[in-house]
Amino acid sequence: MNGEVPFVPDERDRRLMLAVEGGLPLEVRPYHALAERLGWMPEEVFERLARLRSTGVIRRIAAAPNHYALGYVANGMSVWDVDDEYVDDIGRWLAEQGEVSHCYRRPRALPLWHYNLFAMFHARERVEVERAVASAAALLAARFPEAVRAHEVLFSSRILKKTGVRLHF
Amino acid sequence: MRERAPATLDDLDRRLLWALQDDLPLCELPFADLAERLGVSEEDVLQRLRRYLAEGIVTRFGPFFQVERLGGAFCLAAMAVPEERFEEVAALVGAFPQVAHNYRREHALNMWFVLAATRPEGIAETARAIEDAVSLPVWLFPKEREYFMRLRLRP
Repeated sequence: MNGEVPFVPDERDRRLMLAVEGGLPLEVRPYHALAERLGWMPEEVFERLARLRSTGVIRRIAAAPNHYALGYVANGMSVWDVDDEYVDDIGRWLAEQGEVSHCYRRPRALPLWHYNLFAMFHARERVEVERAVASAAALLAARFPEAVRAHEVLFSSRILKKTGVRLHF
Repeated sequence: MRERAPATLDDLDRRLLWALQDDLPLCELPFADLAERLGVSEEDVLQRLRRYLAEGIVTRFGPFFQVERLGGAFCLAAMAVPEERFEEVAALVGAFPQVAHNYRREHALNMWFVLAATRPEGIAETARAIEDAVSLPVWLFPKEREYFMRLRLRP
C-alpha cells in the first residue's frame, strides 16, 4: 500500500498488543487495568500505546459497531469495470460520496471477474443503496464518458464472521 | 452471526454509539470527557458499552490495528461455494484466525472474506491452506490502491 518502513514491535509491544486485541478492559481506568493485567507500570502502557498510535500501528481506539444492529442493514459492495486510464480519478470521486465507506482499486481476475474498482455503500435499506449507486453511475457516465464499462452491486445477506484483525506473533 | 433486527436504542444510546466511534484518548480517565459531554457518569458509559458488546451492537471495543504497518497485509478474497456446502465451508473458513471478516454476498462468488497476516507471504499461504481445507479455489483481490474515507455510522 505504501513504501513506509514497517514498525518492528519488540517483545513487550507484542505482549501489549496481544493483551488488547480482544478489547480494552471495560473499566473507568482501562489502561491501568491493562497494566495490572500485564504486571507493568501504567506509564509503560501509555508510552507504548502512544508510540504504536503515532507510528500508525494503531489507527484508533474505538468501538467497532455492528452495522446491522445500528440499522445499516443494507451493505452493498459496488464493483466497477473502469478503463485503467481513469480508474484513479473515478476511485477518488467515489470515495467522496457520502454513502461510501471504503474504495479500493484491485486487480481483475479474468475471465471470471472483470471489475477493478470496489466501493462499499451503506444504507438503511437496499433500495437506498441501489439509488445511490445508480446516481453515482449516472454522474460518472456524464463526467467520464465511456470510462465505466460495467458495474454491479453485491449485497451482503449475512455476516458469517466479524472479529476484526487477529494478531499472530 | 445472522442478519439481525436493528437494536432498540434510546437517545443516549445513539449519542454514545456515535461518540464511541471516535478515538479514545490515552489518559488515566479516558471516558471522563465523553461522560461529561453526554451528562452521565463514566460508570453509565461503561455499563452501556458492556451491554452493546453483550448484545452484539458493538462487536469490539479497543485498538484498530493497521497490520500493514507491522509488515503484514490484508487481502480481500472470494469463493464460489456450492449452496449445499455453504454452512460447512463457512465454518471451515471461519475457523482460520487469519480470516477477519466473512460475508455472504449474492453473486456466483458468494463468499467474500478478508485475510489478515503479519507477513506478506501469509496471505498466499493462508489462501492455499483454505483451498486445501475446503477443496475450492480461493480468488485473491489484493488492494492496489486505497481511496480513503472513513464512514462513521449514525445510529
